Amino acid sequence: MIKSLGKWVDDRLPVSHFWNAHLAKYYVPHNFNFWYYFGSLLLIVFVLQIVTGIWLTMSYKPSAENAFASVEYIMRDVEWGWLIRYLHSTGASFFFIAVYLHIFRGMMYGSYKKPRELIWIFGVLILLVLMAEAFMGYLLPWGQMSYWGAQVIISLFTSIPVIGPDLAQWIRGDYVVSDATLNRFFALHVIALPLVLLFLIGGHIMALHEVGSNNPDGVDIKENKDQSGKPVDGIPFHPYYTVKDLFGLGVFMFIFAVVLFYWPDGGGLFLEHPNFTPADPLKTPEHIAPVWYFAPHYAILRAVPDKFLGVVAMTVAILILFVLPWIDRNRTRSIRYRSKAFKVNLFAFAAAFIGLGYLGTQPPTPLGTLSSQLLSAVYFGFFIALFFISRRERTKPVPERLQ
Amino acid sequence: MADSPSNPARRRFLTGAATAVGAVGVGFAAVPFLSSFQPSAKAQAAGAPVDVNAGNLAPGQMTTVAWRGKPVYVVHRTDRMLETLSEVTDQLRDPDSAVETQQPAFATNQYRAREQDQRFLVIVGLCTHLGCAPTYRPEVAPEDLGEDWKGGFFCPCHGSKFDLSGRVYKGVPAPTNLEVPQYTYVSEQVIRVGGTEEEDA
Repeated sequence: MIKSLGKWVDDRLPVSHFWNAHLAKYYVPHNFNFWYYFGSLLLIVFVLQIVTGIWLTMSYKPSAENAFASVEYIMRDVEWGWLIRYLHSTGASFFFIAVYLHIFRGMMYGSYKKPRELIWIFGVLILLVLMAEAFMGYLLPWGQMSYWGAQVIISLFTSIPVIGPDLAQWIRGDYVVSDATLNRFFALHVIALPLVLLFLIGGHIMALHEVGSNNPDGVDIKENKDQSGKPVDGIPFHPYYTVKDLFGLGVFMFIFAVVLFYWPDGGGLFLEHPNFTPADPLKTPEHIAPVWYFAPHYAILRAVPDKFLGVVAMTVAILILFVLPWIDRNRTRSIRYRSKAFKVNLFAFAAAFIGLGYLGTQPPTPLGTLSSQLLSAVYFGFFIALFFISRRERTKPVPERLQ
Repeated sequence: MADSPSNPARRRFLTGAATAVGAVGVGFAAVPFLSSFQPSAKAQAAGAPVDVNAGNLAPGQMTTVAWRGKPVYVVHRTDRMLETLSEVTDQLRDPDSAVETQQPAFATNQYRAREQDQRFLVIVGLCTHLGCAPTYRPEVAPEDLGEDWKGGFFCPCHGSKFDLSGRVYKGVPAPTNLEVPQYTYVSEQVIRVGGTEEEDA
């Protein structure tokens, strides 16, 4: 009975075709390691944010007058409201942890290289939209840090020559950050950007499944197929990787739960302390710091003494990722077979990113600014160095098959 | 539809023309959506002037009022404070208030105030860098701002410094002086922030 119903549906909708094409008969290299958990984890965190977000909108009020109080209402009076709110706020930080590790994975194993450039571009677009999504979401609690953080970030646009001030006003919908700004950010955060993200994630995965996954060896498994046309080094995603990813999800949820229940403000990193005070348009908090995931970019902004050039540097720091597939001219994908110069360069980049992240959360001091300038140079230097290192790089021979 | 049109050039022209007209239509249709992001009529109307009784301020004291949602600082400067203004001139980026957008014409003097009463400073308390509210730091040579500090405004966000007339120091991220809003004296000591130039006469 159930079987015939299944067949009835399958004759009218390509369910089993989809299942086979993307899971049961989708062949993936068998040597995925720890770094390959984050793709599927991100998908799950995305769903978590959507679900908890929908529940939050049921009690949240997007107006300057009521927003702060409605968040407190969710935290204190709504049944399990505190849990749903902390799931959402902690989820945002874990989203970025997973995104940054996922990007670093791609950089280590050359997953941005031909034929996966488009997957990478979709990924950078997702990063950009995710940043906008997180920024707009952070305004909604209407605390001091929400308000002044938004004030600073929107003011960045005023530095653009000619159109800047009008553009900033257009974004705010008022002469200062106000009720109009809050209300439109709510609409964008809750409807517009999640829809855009959904489409971009769809494109990211469709492009991935068209060309197939890279792997820690950077070997193209489609080069070696058996008589039936299956890659000899490939295994079907389901059940092998669904089970592996479920295990990863278990570990992830354990860590997530520890933070969620014992450390929901992340020591002031996930939810900043001034944000527990309602927004006051007349008074800036003593020290404004972005949430941790924007801190590296903020440090780059502060490192440049000129307003417009600072904004340009910060923007370029993200946009330069788009052209990474063409900056790296070496065909060897995996870090395992690349030169020492490449390894040093990549880890210097990662260290600079973390260092900038630390500096971005600290108040401005002369030493801090100098360090930020130095680390910004390392950050941008990575791309310049990579361009030249990859030209005539001495790489180790890449094996025919997975190791 | 036939596989190959009998006149491909005409078909291409018609397709192109239809696409162009459609694109223009989309362009016009986008206008209301983009324009709705502009400040509403209500927001534009909310610029009513605000009166401040500066006579209540003790010498050296500052008060903050909200005007168009922005913080406006009114400072009663002491004679000593006014003297510092000419002492710091060479450390300032725009000591003569040459950037026209940052003050009405009457405030291009070093006091950046109306001649009627130059003790009172009226400025918009938003840093010209990225819009934080600078803190009023009237004390001389505090530990964190260094020995040369003669009093002024310090932005906690990115470390921009301004003198006691809201003029920006060199070598800080803020590009211009703090904005002096249009203001008038409605009586000896009552300052009206906002309003129009005509009331000036």
